Amino acid sequence: MTYTLQNVLLGSIMLGVSGGVLGSFAFLRRQSLLGDALAHAALPGVCIAYILTGTKAPLPLLLGALAAGVTGSLFILFVVRWTKIKEDAAIGIVLSVFFGLGIVLLTRIQKMTGGNQSGLDKYLFGQAATLVEEDLKLMAILGAVALIIVAAGFKEFKLISFDPGFGQSLGYPVRRLEILLTCLLVIIVVVGLQTVGVVLMVATLITPAAAARQWTERLSIMVILAGAIGGLSGAVGAVASATAERLPTGPMIVLVSSAVLVVSLLFAPERGLLWARLRDHKVRDRIRRENLLKDMFLMAERSGETGAFVSSPSLMGLRGRGHRDMIENVRPLVRDGLIERGTDEFRLTESGLAEAERVVRNHRLWEVYLSSNLALPLDHRAQ
Amino acid sequence: MNGSSVTEPVGAESIYTHAGEPALEVHDLTVAYRSQPVLWDIDVALPEGRLIAIVGPNGAGKSTLLKAALGLVKPTTGWIKVFGAPYTQRRSWVGYVPQRESVDWDFPTSVIDVVCMGLYGRVGWLRRLSREHREIARACLDKVNMAHLAHRQISQLSGGQQQRVFLARALAEDARLYLMDEPFAGVDAATEHAILMLLQELRGRGRTVVAVHHDLQTVSDYFDYVVLLNMRLIAAGPVSTTFTQENLHKTYGGRLTVLSKAADALFTQKETEPE
Repeated sequence: MTYTLQNVLLGSIMLGVSGGVLGSFAFLRRQSLLGDALAHAALPGVCIAYILTGTKAPLPLLLGALAAGVTGSLFILFVVRWTKIKEDAAIGIVLSVFFGLGIVLLTRIQKMTGGNQSGLDKYLFGQAATLVEEDLKLMAILGAVALIIVAAGFKEFKLISFDPGFGQSLGYPVRRLEILLTCLLVIIVVVGLQTVGVVLMVATLITPAAAARQWTERLSIMVILAGAIGGLSGAVGAVASATAERLPTGPMIVLVSSAVLVVSLLFAPERGLLWARLRDHKVRDRIRRENLLKDMFLMAERSGETGAFVSSPSLMGLRGRGHRDMIENVRPLVRDGLIERGTDEFRLTESGLAEAERVVRNHRLWEVYLSSNLALPLDHRAQ
Repeated sequence: MNGSSVTEPVGAESIYTHAGEPALEVHDLTVAYRSQPVLWDIDVALPEGRLIAIVGPNGAGKSTLLKAALGLVKPTTGWIKVFGAPYTQRRSWVGYVPQRESVDWDFPTSVIDVVCMGLYGRVGWLRRLSREHREIARACLDKVNMAHLAHRQISQLSGGQQQRVFLARALAEDARLYLMDEPFAGVDAATEHAILMLLQELRGRGRTVVAVHHDLQTVSDYFDYVVLLNMRLIAAGPVSTTFTQENLHKTYGGRLTVLSKAADALFTQKETEPE
């Protein structure tokens, strides 16, 4: 493994883990956009720090980003508190104003003598290959501080994320804890600037959290899982960008975590779209099939010939169902040997008759229970 | 934990006169949100050991009164005392049941975890909950007939069950005074009954309940003391003498729009003392 790849890999993993953990709280507190605004707000900070100090050393630039990020978040807080502007609008305003200022400053710096070599544009989309050991140390320290604070105050952060009003009634300094969480978020954003850049930073915060939420109903597990997904995406993204030629690291990380998110949205048990649809269909089809068997049984019972054919229009008329719709339910019943199909008419086979009898019996027992114990009116079909 | 010192409730008078400090004392309270007055000059003292309903039309400041008592909103003028001291010194004496809609019920946590939050005040900063704490929480859930759902995800609860979880969480606070924001709102009949039983049990143990209540039909059945509020205090006292047609008419019938318009006009012109 080359020195560069090693640095990129370590940096991406650290960013992924801390971003996932802090992002979980932002996600649950519906502050996903805030992370985005903070990242964009950091850009002018980087530029101003460069203009003031004239160095490319990461520490002063990141301090500038930190100051600008904090300024941006305080700005949002004040706008929401003192004007009638709602939070989403305030976030949008701060994001665009700060980012616009950042781009203007960046263009100016590029035009200054020697500015072309400033390398500041790496903060736009990130350039993980420029990470050096010094950067990694800074990332490790800041990331560790953020994670330790979250672990120590987990109970408190959970409380203020779920029910801040109740937390306040217990005497917790809710507002200050919220500001602390936001500051931690700013720190992670700053940590990630060199790797992912301001534009895509929000994805490393929110995507792992959204994916993790799909798989669990416990906050502690969700936070850990988000960290794991973030770290894994960082590792895979870093390796992928290093092996294929000239693929940018930050966007690769984002693509990997987005892939995890898509899989989670579709396939996670309970919350996954696919299982939910499948469950709905299963229940619906079962009800329809049982109704079909029951209808045929009752028609046969009335006519006195249990094995007789029943025409499809008369069956459809019973529940106002379309022809195609019904055939769709008949098909599996035919396949299972419960129904025999003639031309435009059906009849119950022997095993179909037994199954229909079971369904009808269950239904009638249930009816008796409902009408005698709960005094509900009888099903009009059973009367 | 503080309940042991409370004298048993005997008759209404004995509580009022002998229990010493009122459970909740509101003095000269005015609250305004962004130059819009919500509560005006409220003066009232609520006795201990009663089930007290705060009744009034929408926008009458009922929730605001509770929130002011809890220090969640800052009064423009005036103060509120809980058992003779500011709320900050009486936190552990007070339990709070917020409105059910005030939180996101899709939050990834379980019923028992939410109830445990009622114990955080006792557990203290940065400490973990012990097995005993979980036992207490479970006992509180049992009191609202929810023990069997302790490990259910809160996203799977019905409205009535959500309300019971919040009540259990307040019970876990083991308070002397419970402030409840619309505990009966939008719950099924079974939950309504369960809440009623719980309130009566609390009163039996000498606890005080102050609840924002919307259903005028049930006030006299569920509560024994009532505060009628419409930005100003209309009346406060035992249900039998205070919950009268006349007072209700003053609270609701005085054409709310006219009343608040008049108040608005007075406020914006900064005329002499209103009324």
